Amino acid sequence: MDSIFLQILNGLDKGGAYALIALGLTLVFGTLGVVNFAHGAIFMLGSFCAVTTQNLLTYSKKVKDESITYFEAFKEVPYLEIWWGDTGSFIIDYKVPFSILLAIPVMLLIGLAMERGLIRHFYNRPHADQILVTFGLAIVIQEIVKSIYGANPIPVPAPAIVAGSASIGSWIGLGESVVYPWWRLIYLANALVVISAVFSFLKFTTYGMVVRAGMQDRETVGLLGIDIQRRFTVVFGMASVVVGIAGVMYTPILSPDYHMGMDFLVLSFVVVVVGGMGSLEGAVVAGFMLGVLQSFAAMNEIKSIFPGIDQIIVYLVAVIILLTRPRGLMGRKGVMED
Amino acid sequence: MNDQKKLARDWSRRQILKASATGAVLAASSSPMFFVKDAWAANFRNNPGNSSSVTLGFNVPQTGAYSDEGADELRAYKLAVQHLNGEGDGGMLNTMTPKSLTGNGILGKKVKFVTGDTQTKSDAARASAKRMIEKDGVLMVTGGSSSGVAIAVQGLCQENGIIFMAGLTHSNDTTGKDKKRYGFRHFFNAYMSGAALGPVLEKEYGNERKAYHLTADYTWGWTQEESMRKFTEALGWQTSKAVKTPVGAGDFSQYITPVLNSGADVLVLNHYGKDMINSLTQAVQFGLRDKQVNGKNFEIVVPLFSRLMAQGAGSNIKGILGSTNWNWSLQDAGSQAFVKSFGQAYGFPPSMAAHTCYVQTLLYANACEMAGTFNPPEVIKSLEGFSFDGMGNGPTEYRASDHQCFKNVLVVRGNMNPSSQFDLLDVVQEVPRSQVEYDPAIFGGKLGPYTV
Amino acid sequence: MDTISRKGELRMMALFAVIVLLMPIWLIPFGAAYPDLLQKFAIFGIFAVGFNILFGLTGYLSFGHAVFLGVGSYAAVWSFKLFTMNVIPAVIFGVLFSGIFAAVIGFVSLRRSGIYFSILTLAFAQMSYNLAYSVLTPITNGETGLQLRLHDLRMIDGLFIEAGEGLPLTNLFGIKMSGYPGFYFCAVLLILAFYLALRIKNSPFGMALKAIKSNQLRMGYTGFNTRPYLMSAFMISGMYAGLAGALLAVTDPLAGAERMQWTASGEVVLMTILGGVGTLFGPLLGAGLIKYFENIFSSYNDALLQETFSFLPDMLNNLMVGIISPFVGDGWHLTLGGLFMVIIIFLPGGIVGGITMVWRRYMKKRGASAEMEGETS
Repeated sequence: MDSIFLQILNGLDKGGAYALIALGLTLVFGTLGVVNFAHGAIFMLGSFCAVTTQNLLTYSKKVKDESITYFEAFKEVPYLEIWWGDTGSFIIDYKVPFSILLAIPVMLLIGLAMERGLIRHFYNRPHADQILVTFGLAIVIQEIVKSIYGANPIPVPAPAIVAGSASIGSWIGLGESVVYPWWRLIYLANALVVISAVFSFLKFTTYGMVVRAGMQDRETVGLLGIDIQRRFTVVFGMASVVVGIAGVMYTPILSPDYHMGMDFLVLSFVVVVVGGMGSLEGAVVAGFMLGVLQSFAAMNEIKSIFPGIDQIIVYLVAVIILLTRPRGLMGRKGVMED
Repeated sequence: MNDQKKLARDWSRRQILKASATGAVLAASSSPMFFVKDAWAANFRNNPGNSSSVTLGFNVPQTGAYSDEGADELRAYKLAVQHLNGEGDGGMLNTMTPKSLTGNGILGKKVKFVTGDTQTKSDAARASAKRMIEKDGVLMVTGGSSSGVAIAVQGLCQENGIIFMAGLTHSNDTTGKDKKRYGFRHFFNAYMSGAALGPVLEKEYGNERKAYHLTADYTWGWTQEESMRKFTEALGWQTSKAVKTPVGAGDFSQYITPVLNSGADVLVLNHYGKDMINSLTQAVQFGLRDKQVNGKNFEIVVPLFSRLMAQGAGSNIKGILGSTNWNWSLQDAGSQAFVKSFGQAYGFPPSMAAHTCYVQTLLYANACEMAGTFNPPEVIKSLEGFSFDGMGNGPTEYRASDHQCFKNVLVVRGNMNPSSQFDLLDVVQEVPRSQVEYDPAIFGGKLGPYTV
Repeated sequence: MDTISRKGELRMMALFAVIVLLMPIWLIPFGAAYPDLLQKFAIFGIFAVGFNILFGLTGYLSFGHAVFLGVGSYAAVWSFKLFTMNVIPAVIFGVLFSGIFAAVIGFVSLRRSGIYFSILTLAFAQMSYNLAYSVLTPITNGETGLQLRLHDLRMIDGLFIEAGEGLPLTNLFGIKMSGYPGFYFCAVLLILAFYLALRIKNSPFGMALKAIKSNQLRMGYTGFNTRPYLMSAFMISGMYAGLAGALLAVTDPLAGAERMQWTASGEVVLMTILGGVGTLFGPLLGAGLIKYFENIFSSYNDALLQETFSFLPDMLNNLMVGIISPFVGDGWHLTLGGLFMVIIIFLPGGIVGGITMVWRRYMKKRGASAEMEGETS
């Protein structure tokens, strides 16, 4: 019982991450119809916003370790701590939440620049061209990050107060032994908030309504005298922000490195397609579903019956769903079917 | 029966003759290079002859997850080449004993090198090594940062009659069931990690423990788990469960939660690189290190450590036990000489991957000097059973029967209070060589012939 | 029209054969004339040409084609281990097994089209890769890759030749298949494979495939059952990949799981698009370019660059090395990514597609467009 409860939590947590990444992708890919292979790279850039914030906040006074003479070895003391003492340490400790403040404008700018500078010219080009140009872009972004930060993962810990585990079991009467990391709970909450924000924006604002109309039928909306092109630019920027936040918040769980985007790229495409092309709800549902199933597949009881099931569960589920439901869970007809 | 077999053999020999004649015509009509290759057949592959220089091939990961490690290996190789050619301060050339090297290249020939990218993939690594052998005419290939790559390249080198000096590879298989006459490993292996860690674990954590293993689901992970189980169970520890995890899983939460209530009080992470950084970070987040089980503190053990991994895991590494091949903080003359020249050249201390690669290059060069020739069978014979000292690990021997180096193994602990940004690992104990030695027969495998 | 192009076809094939067979000579100035890379050019050429039969003609983008490459390799190595070191059975087994795999995967995946098809093929490939890497290790030898061993069975060889002390070599009735003979073997198969692809493209079958690409729905309305056509195209394409995989094992008897990873599938997609989807030479060009970057650009280091520019005065030399070194050696990925972008931005439709377009425009300007029309398809 305890273990099932914990696995559900794990699954929701993973699912939160998948859903956020897929939501960003489906805005661009499922609705604008651009096969964006640079999506993973944008996620990675989000994570490196947190790394950059950390580096800025911990810019340090270097105290030389005199015992070492062959090279410069330092014990680093951040200037913030020297100037502001405990307040400084406090700010440094909260670098991940702070980095969201940096990430939102930065990711928005990156998204807008990408759309204006590159993607826009590829709306009417074949998918093959889109694949190659975005893949090329992803590699270039990665290599630039690698040349700045190296290839080794960089630890970005969560604030100390939430670094440990919550005794979640005692809240709901499962006993003291059931614990779950605070940061993962925060991540889940964050994912839910961002997802609702995106949905509210698209459903309840006039701006969002126009965007949705444009996704359905770009031409007609254009004929109404609305500059749909500009709105699509905004959508692309929004998608970048969503996936950027997913990246920032994930850093305490997964130490970022320059290659992490590629690891998520394939998975995010699978989630979007399983959810169904053109459906935002589908992407979210599929994200959570695959997350939960992945967690359950890792349970020892299940692995002992189907060895190796945890290695393939995501793809197996994808095959089953695509065979039983032709357009994924909630796909719209005619989107990228030819 | 016997006659029949003989007949068949004759027939096939005739066939081979005929076929190779056609082959020669085919090749001769199209490519002049065939003759060059024929020339070495009488001698040995890539014989430098009267050339004034020799070329070595440094095959390291330059892209992908291990590219930082690869970059560090390359730095060490460049340093080794400088020292061999008599440039710079000489590094370990000053401390190595016995030594035939003179700082005058190898056998009077200047050392040059070519580099390649393994991408940490067997295919790419073999393609790169083949380029070095076929195009650049290297005499020796070295490098790499994973066992799969090391074994793949080692096999290739055996087929081509080129010596392979393995870089970082920790699987028992490299000098066990996949050992090759032309392959040599200076780095330690999973078995030695287990043997070295065993007694220290007993001393620190007692002998009534229940261990839970998380193991990367590929050959290195399996040999690591096997060795750790063997030695911990010999102490009287129980293994409560051993779970395999997909390589590159990223999020390990679904494998960590079952540990919480399993009754185990030690978690052994048989992971390396990125996997280890993530699983350790997440295990700490799940509060495993603050836990009390069976009245004892819950402990985490990481059998294979490196400083780069410690850097990636940040403060989570503090207080965690593991083993390592070498650490820059060692105080013997060899280590100090190497750290000094590396630090002065690049501004930071070398990693253990850099150390093993540097030593391997020097050992190869020294063996050529001892043999007085570059002819691989002779070089191999002078490396086999070679005993040396002053290279950072105390007295060391290249065992002839499996080409594995035997030397002291370091048991280390993540530093609780580092004095600088590089001071991440504390050496707990230098486990003497005698304690980690084993009978080569236990892993099987065959070295193969001297001439190919 | 068919008869005219048949003559042109033969002339083109002859030219193609000469170009391929003379690669060891004309690639010398590029530093690429050594057996391993030449073999890779030919093998990945076959892979890309085969991929193009599916993607270029039908428009179905398979994102899991590398699985057939892997299956071909495993089948070939097992043939070496179990039966004989002769390469003919290995190639046959490789093609056969990848054909079977293609039949199974195609049967399931072709029920969907567009992106849904792509994800289905991707899912099958990733499952195969993950299992081959871990659970199926007894068959695939996991991460280390399937290798030959001294005590392998080699039933057929065992009858004729006594085992030597070392590992036996792959051979074609006694001609060893490493080095240049291996390249010529692959080159001949490439020429044959290319000719077959050409014939397929110009056959009624190929016409049907192109019709499916342009409008499958309309084809259906005319009472034309597209499934068998798609299925055949998928299987042929898979068998090409299997042939390429088998040849990888022939020239170098080792088969690793990473050959089936999505990055490998992605690589052939990139090769085809880079060269030009649907064009005859495009995929070959793309394959060659990517392999060249992977093997040659990655091998440059500062010392080598210093040497290359040593004819320049010191300061200029350092400047040149400083400018170039971020793009070679460990920076070869950067160059490749940049190249992808530049080519596709300025040459829509890949290298061949782009060049044809530019050429057409140029000819149009000169008012001679009519005559050239035939050469571009």
